[in-house]
Amino acid sequence: MTAALNAVVRKTGARLPQSGSDRVAGALSWLSMLFLLVFLGLPLVAILGKALQDKSGGYVGLSNFAGLFDAHFTYLLGNSVTVSLASTAIVIPLAYGFAAALMRSQMPGKSVFRMLALIPLLAPSLLPGISLVYLFGNQGVLKSWMGEGSIYGPIGIVLGEVFYTFPHALMILLTALSLADARLYEAATSLGAGRVRQFFTVTLPSVRYGLISAAMLVFTLVITDFGVPKIVGGRYDILAVEIYKQVIGQQHFGLGSVYGLFLLLPAVLSWLVDRFVQRKQKALLSARAQPLLPRRHWPSDTLATLFCVLVCGWLIGMLGMSVAAAFIKQWPYNLAPGLAHFDFDNMDGGGWLAWRNSLKLALGTALVGGVLVFMGAYWVEKTRAGVLPRAVTGFLAVLPMAVPGMVLGLGYIFFFNAPGNPLNALYGTMALLVLCTTVHYYSTAHLTAVTALKQLDGEFEHVAASLKVPFWTTLRRVTLPICLPAALEIARYFFVSAMTTVSAVIFLYTPDTVLSSVAVLNMDDAGDTAAAAAMATVVVATSALICLVFGGASWLALRRTQGWRKH
Amino acid sequence: MKNLPRVLAGLIALWGAAAYADTTLTVYTALEADQVKAYQDKFEQENPGIHIKWVRDSTGVITAKLLAEKNNPQADVVMGVAASSLLILDKEGMLSPYAPKGVDKLTKSYVDSKNPPAWAGMDVWGATICFNTVEAAKQGLKKPESWKDLLKPEYKGKIVMPNPASSGTGYFDVSAWLKIFGEKGGWEYMDGLHQNIAQYEHSGSKPCKQAATGEYPIGISFEYRAASLKKGGAPIDLVFPKEGLGWDLEATGIMKGTKNLDAAKKLADWSASHSANELYEKNFAVVAMPGVAKPIEFIPGNYEQMLIKQDLSWSAANRDRILAEWTKRYDSKSEPK
Repeated sequence: MTAALNAVVRKTGARLPQSGSDRVAGALSWLSMLFLLVFLGLPLVAILGKALQDKSGGYVGLSNFAGLFDAHFTYLLGNSVTVSLASTAIVIPLAYGFAAALMRSQMPGKSVFRMLALIPLLAPSLLPGISLVYLFGNQGVLKSWMGEGSIYGPIGIVLGEVFYTFPHALMILLTALSLADARLYEAATSLGAGRVRQFFTVTLPSVRYGLISAAMLVFTLVITDFGVPKIVGGRYDILAVEIYKQVIGQQHFGLGSVYGLFLLLPAVLSWLVDRFVQRKQKALLSARAQPLLPRRHWPSDTLATLFCVLVCGWLIGMLGMSVAAAFIKQWPYNLAPGLAHFDFDNMDGGGWLAWRNSLKLALGTALVGGVLVFMGAYWVEKTRAGVLPRAVTGFLAVLPMAVPGMVLGLGYIFFFNAPGNPLNALYGTMALLVLCTTVHYYSTAHLTAVTALKQLDGEFEHVAASLKVPFWTTLRRVTLPICLPAALEIARYFFVSAMTTVSAVIFLYTPDTVLSSVAVLNMDDAGDTAAAAAMATVVVATSALICLVFGGASWLALRRTQGWRKH
Repeated sequence: MKNLPRVLAGLIALWGAAAYADTTLTVYTALEADQVKAYQDKFEQENPGIHIKWVRDSTGVITAKLLAEKNNPQADVVMGVAASSLLILDKEGMLSPYAPKGVDKLTKSYVDSKNPPAWAGMDVWGATICFNTVEAAKQGLKKPESWKDLLKPEYKGKIVMPNPASSGTGYFDVSAWLKIFGEKGGWEYMDGLHQNIAQYEHSGSKPCKQAATGEYPIGISFEYRAASLKKGGAPIDLVFPKEGLGWDLEATGIMKGTKNLDAAKKLADWSASHSANELYEKNFAVVAMPGVAKPIEFIPGNYEQMLIKQDLSWSAANRDRILAEWTKRYDSKSEPK
């Protein structure tokens, strides 16, 4: 009924008389579109332009693209693909096992396991690299485990990336496994299928799209990450690090942007596959599906618990190693505890200013990003805004998912540092870092907002419109309070992402806006590995604290505004 | 929110006050992070009203950044950057020649030969090998005495050195080997050394810091970092290879087109002053002003004599060619064999 009404209103919307409220909403929706065009679309176009220029900015046609055909590039690409495939092949079974244990077993302590599994999200991707040096480096605690091998190279990169990408894969697989129809399992059981047979005939087909999405995401994350390989790559060169060296080290933007454009390929591909997969996934679950309630089964519950304990132990061990290294006076010769490595002001990286800046960036992104994303989603979902801004915003909002941070950062340099650009004044400011980080993480936040808004019946707006209540009143009194948990979740996501991000901002920071995640990288470059571990520890502690605060706030909000959901 | 305009006005006023009370000099530097603070404090104390804002990175990165910004320079002053890099900037016409007060009191060979000079030296920094004695005992490694010693098979995978493209220390190592062993012999030497190198590092400090933790027992680095780590208790010996040590000058120059020329001149004056040289002296055995330097713990008294005869303008003029050759040989296919 409501759907039919919605459809009628949408169709006839254009002919309904426009109220003042509609006009305001229309204008604001154009603003949302303009924001995404200027801060996402144009920088990406600028990279294309730069790829056609030489070092001094002269037009050279496609000659930079010749860089894609020489032996050096093939070598780098081969290495990048190798470590990306290897990481994916390890992470996906690991994350699947963990997700299955959480969703399909009756093991105890599920909420604790679920929380611990998200540890890697709190740290910059450089942290696993640093931990690996202390664990398996030449002076590592567990050096003997490496035998004759060395952690510096592909082994180290893969181990670090597995840590870094684990929670990302896990979240997708958890969602995939939550869509289960108990009736299928009942049918399989009554037909005499054993557990193994059921896995291959029922479970696997139902999660195959989730597996594909997760694998594509992990592959993309690894091939575009340079944090881990920068620290433990040794002499094993990969594409992402080469881009960093070309652009930051040699200021050779042309070749850097050609390589960057190349890295867009796997990301765009995985994005397309993901969109296709999502459409398929929706059709999987019919309205008559019965929720699957896992039954107690001692052997498999014990196995699940053991597996999760192992994985969580490894995650905690990796984090713990960096934290421990931060407090050790002089590894490995003087193991006395001390705080000397936290004396950031006498080291590279920008000192405690970097941490204060990161805090500003994180708070700014949580606030600005939260408002921009929520409003953008609101115009798209709830108002009678124009067709064009709705369509363009809807498309641009999910595009950042396919844009590696590195590429976005390069685009920002080229676009905002162009002398003729009226927005040039933004270049080198904290404001630009906030906007860049907002755009970088826009998609996930946008989808969260859209999901929350979709749960609300469109009739609220229709009734409000017919009572001549302007949209901002409906928004303030109905929509926002109901969506508060989602809004808090978006803000928390922005905060933690801004705190840990390296890839885009590393091209944009200045001495006044140094960031702690970038400082970790610069300290390691200068050889202060212990101090880098200390800074990474500070980042983790800050993110963890904020997660707790947001957790508390959203619990309160749920209690105060969501009581109606229980009835 | 009624107060919003007032709050905004207040913020703008604050921002304005901060912007106009002092002159802020943007200074590009490759000085070590643990050195700049002392220099900055002293300078700002002697020149109230002028603030230094450092942009710090390794020599190669800073040089590349300065060259990339040629048409729209961001720096007012370049201080503590290799003279071989400043020579390149000067050739590109990016420096504004200026004779700092008292420049005639500095050792002549440590100041640009033109009049007025485009740059003035601060101190000399030169090659030193850090050798971890604890790990050497464990692994049965003999202490190397010369550059040639580093080619011995027993050191395979035990040596780290800075990448000359990013590090000034790395670059003077390479240019010194080309001087000592000749053009052909130099590259042959590096081909051999490449077989023993475990990693090429971003900065000149990192190899010694890694030697200090024993991550790699031998790090090719420079004397300030080596001496300060040993002083901090690291179990390393300082080795000064007997063929001679590569070196460069840390130097100061003013960028052409700076909007803060007066303040920039003040910094150039200070950089050549007695009180500045007294600070350099704490870190380096050889400083630009004669008679200031005192012996530094762990660095032999005849350090200056161990430096090779080296023409910095040759290092500058050949930098692009040497780095391109180096990158082609050792960076592009740096897969260990």
